[in-house]
Amino acid sequence: MYGKGRIIPALILFLGVMTSPMWYKSGDISKLPKPEKPKDYTECVAPTAYMRTSHMVLLNQWRDDILREDGPRTGKTANGTEYVRSLQNGCMKCHSDKKKFCDTCHNYTSVKPYCWDCHLQPKEAM
Amino acid sequence: MDSKRRDFLKIAGLSAIAGLAVPSAFNTLLKGEAIASEHGEAAAAAGGHGAAAAKTGKRYGMVIDVKKFTENPGLADKCVSVCHTIHNVPDFGNKKDEIKWIWVDSFKHVFPDDSSQYKQPEGLNSLPILTLCNHCDNPPCVRACPTQATFRSKDGIVGMDYHRCIGCRFCMAACPYGARSFNWRDPRGKDANGQPFIKAENPKFPTRMRGVVEKCNFCTERLAIGQIPACVEAAAQSKALVFGDLNDPNSEISQVLKTTFTIQRKPSAGTHPSLFYII
Amino acid sequence: MIEKALKGSTGYWLWMLFLLSIMGVGGLCYVQQFNYGLGITGMSRDVTWGIYISQFTFLVGVAAGGLMLVLPYYLHNYKAFGRIVILGEFMAIAAIAMCLMFIIADLGQPMRAMNVLLHPTPHSMLFWDMIVLNGYLFLNILCGWVVLQSEYKGIKYPKWIKPFIYLSIPWAISIHTVTAFLYCGLPGRHFWLTAILAPRFLASAFAAGPALLMVIAMILKRTTKFDVGREAQDKLVTIIGYAALLNFFFLGTEFFVAYYSQIPGHMHTLDYLYWGLGHGDEVFNNLVPFMRASVIMGLAGIGLIFVSRAKQSDGLLVISCLLIFFSFWIDKGLGLVLGGFVPNMLDQVTEYYPSVQELGITAAIWATGFFILSILYKVAISVKLENEA
Repeated sequence: MYGKGRIIPALILFLGVMTSPMWYKSGDISKLPKPEKPKDYTECVAPTAYMRTSHMVLLNQWRDDILREDGPRTGKTANGTEYVRSLQNGCMKCHSDKKKFCDTCHNYTSVKPYCWDCHLQPKEAM
Repeated sequence: MDSKRRDFLKIAGLSAIAGLAVPSAFNTLLKGEAIASEHGEAAAAAGGHGAAAAKTGKRYGMVIDVKKFTENPGLADKCVSVCHTIHNVPDFGNKKDEIKWIWVDSFKHVFPDDSSQYKQPEGLNSLPILTLCNHCDNPPCVRACPTQATFRSKDGIVGMDYHRCIGCRFCMAACPYGARSFNWRDPRGKDANGQPFIKAENPKFPTRMRGVVEKCNFCTERLAIGQIPACVEAAAQSKALVFGDLNDPNSEISQVLKTTFTIQRKPSAGTHPSLFYII
Repeated sequence: MIEKALKGSTGYWLWMLFLLSIMGVGGLCYVQQFNYGLGITGMSRDVTWGIYISQFTFLVGVAAGGLMLVLPYYLHNYKAFGRIVILGEFMAIAAIAMCLMFIIADLGQPMRAMNVLLHPTPHSMLFWDMIVLNGYLFLNILCGWVVLQSEYKGIKYPKWIKPFIYLSIPWAISIHTVTAFLYCGLPGRHFWLTAILAPRFLASAFAAGPALLMVIAMILKRTTKFDVGREAQDKLVTIIGYAALLNFFFLGTEFFVAYYSQIPGHMHTLDYLYWGLGHGDEVFNNLVPFMRASVIMGLAGIGLIFVSRAKQSDGLLVISCLLIFFSFWIDKGLGLVLGGFVPNMLDQVTEYYPSVQELGITAAIWATGFFILSILYKVAISVKLENEA
């Protein structure tokens, strides 16, 4: 390879710099986020594993279904409890503390969803 | 690499791109046709050459009785303020940034084509008229929107998805009624005196964000839970606003429209507004 | 080949530095706009599109103008355009790049621009405009670069590029047609609601694009050894002159329809643009001096451009091309878009004045366009001159 002496060290340096955040934080399990779940409720609209990975998918589905397809505004959980298919008027009714629930994971993963640019969070948590 | 292999890779790459893009575009094209044919029927009825528009499903409409508003001064302002309060519509205190879902304007502005009449009743041109989104049957804003952020739902309401709006303002250029407003700045901000633009937030309804277009949604969130639109409720005592299903021959609004002469804003634009005025 | 852009005279570097400084200032203005919102511009609820969209509209024309070189050279084998055709293609690249930047600058939510692709909407003209503009950008980069590279290597361009060149010809028409359709399909905006809009756009494009090219060609003739040749120059005069004449003919038909029919909606905007619109006790006329200047400059330019050819005067040619270019820049880059919003849908009048930040961003996008153009032209001309030496 032409210019081997410079390219390979440069590549290694580049990879090192790019992956430095991983080295810097590696293995520190104590910093894992622990979102606080609502105390008075035992079940969510879907299993925890699904909610953890796909809550945005669900919210987007609700929105498109209600706005565009004239879909129902309410749904029932597996145990038959009725809930409102809405972030502001549904989710936040149980998960009323945005800071202790939403923000814990979002801050950890450095995700900045724009939900709260429009949707209002429950007053007591503000 | 020999040239044959290179050619093959080129073709493969191109077909991959085509394969990704074509089906989705085709699907929407078909969907677009379905909407277009629906409009076609309505348009034929408008020209007076075809059968009446198909009367399937709901189509919400409103009759605005201007006489009753004249009898009840202050009622129109009450309708405006109740709507703007429950929908968290900001008040920037200037005309440039203004956002409004429902407002009062004079007859000559709401009906510019009808105000050039040679001889007409005194004071007609300055008569205050309540006006809002017409929720057209054939809405030019929906046609113009490049992302379907604004759309016509099954009950005839022209809605907005604020998550999807890119803020190109094509719909504002397209709307023949000036019913759309743009968030030129952050609606959650504060003025120079530290007063928030949204005086009292309604915790049940979202605000909007900077850079999106907004407008009246015919209180779709209230209709869903069995309530009537907020402005109609505010004017309930005087019955100045009649709201209901235009496709239901027995609804109150259909009865009013059967027996009373009403006018519409810019019928020549072919948009088929769902708002009717008794002057 | 691109390395040719990295070697140049002090003049070249000073020019690039000048452009970069404008881009820097405009970039800062854009940061302000991004943080505050579009309220930082002069646009309002009544005038919802301002100088960004009007520049975009004009520049689509400049891009489409390249067709006037590509078509005679490739379709009619008009050899005299051999040296200038690449300049037309490269100008189209720079112009489309500016168009796209102006659209992004005008979006309230620029981060969501890709929604147009995520939710393709064939009934929206803006969706088609995105397709044709990006397609035209791609075609011109491909055709221009491949042909120039072949020239660089001293061989004839490969056969497979021909279909792309032929495709770019109707495509050029499509970009300006679809751009006109953005406006002329809107009910209630009488000034735009006219079937002659697309033809008028094309006529002004085929004058303004080549006029700008001619000015640049004359500058290059002075500053480098690159000469497009007398025959090409004279032929371009015909093209620019007649296209400009056609534009004024189309404009005249607009005047006839409005004022002979006496339909108020048709007359209002023309009143506002050329005479001042009386409304209540006020007269609104902030664009009148510009629009009148546009007509005078355009007609003077048409006369002078033919004189310049008769006298074989390059100086006069540059002046007449500048007159035509600025005439059409005012006509489309100001009057057409801004005029469409006066009066508004409720027969009220709000006048528009761009803000300082808005002008800064506009200047920066123009500078970026010229920056791209300078790089491309530097490469093209270096290759051409090297081959001839």
